[in-house]
Amino acid sequence: MNARDAGLRACLVCRAVCDATGAGTAPVWCPCCGAAVHSRKADSLTRTWAFLVAAAILYIPANLLPAMHTTTLFGTTRNTIIGGVAYFWTSGSPELAVLIFTVSVIIPTTKMSALAYLAYGARRSTGADAHRLGRLYKVVERVGRWSMLDVFVIALMAGMVQFQSLAMVEAGPGAAAFGAVVVLSMLATSSFDPRLLWDKHGRPDHA
Amino acid sequence: MSSVDQAGLAACPECDELHVRRPLRRGERARCARCGTTLYRMQRRRPEQMLAIVTAALIAFVLANTFPILVLRSQGMINEATLLGSVATLWAEGQQVAAVMVFFTAWLFPLFDLLSMFLLLLAVETGWRPAFFAPLLRALQAMRPWGMIEVLMLGVVVSLIKLSNMADVVPGAALWAFMALTVLLAVILSYDLRALWRPGCRRAVAP
Repeated sequence: MNARDAGLRACLVCRAVCDATGAGTAPVWCPCCGAAVHSRKADSLTRTWAFLVAAAILYIPANLLPAMHTTTLFGTTRNTIIGGVAYFWTSGSPELAVLIFTVSVIIPTTKMSALAYLAYGARRSTGADAHRLGRLYKVVERVGRWSMLDVFVIALMAGMVQFQSLAMVEAGPGAAAFGAVVVLSMLATSSFDPRLLWDKHGRPDHA
Repeated sequence: MSSVDQAGLAACPECDELHVRRPLRRGERARCARCGTTLYRMQRRRPEQMLAIVTAALIAFVLANTFPILVLRSQGMINEATLLGSVATLWAEGQQVAAVMVFFTAWLFPLFDLLSMFLLLLAVETGWRPAFFAPLLRALQAMRPWGMIEVLMLGVVVSLIKLSNMADVVPGAALWAFMALTVLLAVILSYDLRALWRPGCRRAVAP
């Protein structure tokens, strides 16, 4: 049985089960921790879409703008995020190229498409398999943060390679844009309420 | 449903399924019968053990930020960088957005996590209930996903490999402190904060 159908709500902060009889859509205050408790996250899908669209738009400059400037005696190279992956691949560190490609390209793109698919699935009235979508949400929630890796690498390189005229590494605007994509898509993930998937799920699955 | 004591119930935060709480043994966890999400667990470690781990992590944090992470030698020049030094470089180079993101996710949020864990555990241990207990615990839970020390650690390793192609790289003392901090933080994050909420809430059911 759903907590909502029983007139109860789960507090997402302390997990206490709160009585919400007669509260309608208004929040109730958790008697245990004092947090505002909603039956479903407030405006979940609207917020998810808003953050998701913002992240998708920023993904364009994140990939087009240079993320790192390397200056040596031979001149300056400007690398985008993808350019950095290509550099690793050609400079004899294919395993790093694969790692950076996974966290900077595969994870953000699949994460954004998966969230769009979930938000679409939560709005559709029938046929959504909540077991499958619920598992997808758990994966999206867990892996998103690792996309920050490239931003950290660029920051550390810029902080360390400071040999005035000989070699300089500077961060470019692409790094900030990429970091913003990661932050926005994490906000989109946390705005999404997986319980919406189960509200559409045919039941019962078990006794 | 109102005849059932709410304190004896648990509602799944991901699918809203209601469950009756059962007592667990140390180290055991209860999962949702429908979607498999962890509902509650019986902590393996007691608050005083956690307090020791948090103290160790705070020491590691100070060391990790005092000494250079990597020391770079090239053409007779030496360059050392700390995490905050890298943030300052990003800021000075006009990448304020990236600097702020790195500062928050790799420095401020992890530090806030450790300091508030320390205060909260101390309060639990001594039976001291300051007015800020509940707001601080709520704030800690809200910012937890944004602390990214483990991602930073991987970033340090990637830059180490990347830089070793260009110059002599000597791992600094902070590198070892970061490794210790990553492990200790993993233990700290595995501690369920919900165990810190007022014992009167529902502890009676899960002794």
